[in-house]
Amino acid sequence: MERDDVIEYSLHTHHSEEDGKKIRKKIYFVTFLLSAITAVEVVIGILWGRSTVHGFWWETIKWFYIALTIVKAAYIVLVFMHLGEERKNLKLMVLVPYLVFMLYLIFILLTEANAVGSVWATHV
Amino acid sequence: MAGHASEHIDSANAWGGKESPFRVSYGKLMMWFFLVSDALTFGGFLIAYGFSRHAHQGEWPIGEETFHSLPFLEGNYPLMYVAFMTFLLIISSVTMVLSVEAGHRMDKKGVIKWLVATVIGGIIFVGSQAWEWSHFIHGSKFGKVELADGSKAVVHAEQFGEIQNFTVQTAGHHYKAGQVLTNKDLDLLHEFQHAIEAGHVKDKMITLHDGSVAKIAKNNDVGMYLVVKEAGAKYELRQHIEGAEATKLYYDAAYSGEAKRIVYGANMERNEYGPRQYANYFFFITGFHGFHVSIGILINIIVLIGCIKGTYHARGHYEMVEKAGLYWHFVDLVWVFVFTFFYLV
Repeated sequence: MERDDVIEYSLHTHHSEEDGKKIRKKIYFVTFLLSAITAVEVVIGILWGRSTVHGFWWETIKWFYIALTIVKAAYIVLVFMHLGEERKNLKLMVLVPYLVFMLYLIFILLTEANAVGSVWATHV
Repeated sequence: MAGHASEHIDSANAWGGKESPFRVSYGKLMMWFFLVSDALTFGGFLIAYGFSRHAHQGEWPIGEETFHSLPFLEGNYPLMYVAFMTFLLIISSVTMVLSVEAGHRMDKKGVIKWLVATVIGGIIFVGSQAWEWSHFIHGSKFGKVELADGSKAVVHAEQFGEIQNFTVQTAGHHYKAGQVLTNKDLDLLHEFQHAIEAGHVKDKMITLHDGSVAKIAKNNDVGMYLVVKEAGAKYELRQHIEGAEATKLYYDAAYSGEAKRIVYGANMERNEYGPRQYANYFFFITGFHGFHVSIGILINIIVLIGCIKGTYHARGHYEMVEKAGLYWHFVDLVWVFVFTFFYLV
């Protein structure tokens, strides 16, 4: 039975052959980018891993890794999962609660681990 | 394309009912809700891992030292295997998004082609993970050693000296005195490691599982050196011990007749790589991720059947492929973080 109260939003996501070509081009670009970032990460891991680099330079590499990870994650979510093309309220609904909660947990992680670690170091 | 999603709607219409204020279908919205909650679960796991690691006193295992093996090959290939796995998951994410794109053009053949590729990529990934786990559980040929002063060290070497045979000196239930046991009779390396871990090797004499005592004939190892991971009375953290001293310290422990001086591989209680929690988190987080991949493969196969039967084509849109795709990309997304925090950092 046909229902006229159900709106098929998915019909609006259809596109033509020419648009398809453009979209595929973007997909291939992101593929290349993600692969290149992974290759860079692995090469750094082999040449300047934690076993060979210490102190300031290791801290720098660590934050570089985290930055690259976030770039990769952003491309996957925004392009592959099409969140970048969704309405702003959907984007915010997905990202904002998650980020607020994770930043809070990271804060808890660092403070509590420092406290617990110092207790272990002095009393155990 | 996304023209519809970006068009303006005033707030009275947006939140007034009937239409979705997000301009997506119920199914897709619920998939997003599910993914946010699942991402929080994985986030929680990684936070817990980070907590244990940050609070831990002493050395945490190093990715490129722990994961340096390839199937069928001897030698040192740091991170190559996980790099392959990561690349595999990226590629299978790409085939998935190409399948979704084909769906937007109502290209049934294209959807099926790329979905099949995605399923194959997923199966290879899960298989790779099985190998990785197996390798992690069985461990290296040398294991981790507890030295005489109480410090603990990982062992590196160019080559493990092959075990040639065991010559039985005192008969047990199975083997007679004077019998020379080779790999045809039993798995020499397996028996050797098992006996060392249980403290059944003393002064080159091994007590086998049937109670017989045999003399070990083993070639010398090449280029062995130890790296101290937990300081003891004599050796400091990160100290390298090389040459004859390393060999002596290692075999003093291995042939001491004391149990658990050497630990091979990993289980829930002890592992050769680092603290107990390290292996537990490894099993839990990569295991939970592998479980997600397996479920993803199942979902993709079900959607693939729907595509082949023409169910979605008759509906006029391939949104089901899109929803399965969201889940699949999410699995890739989680792996990006696991890769960084388990293997790289």
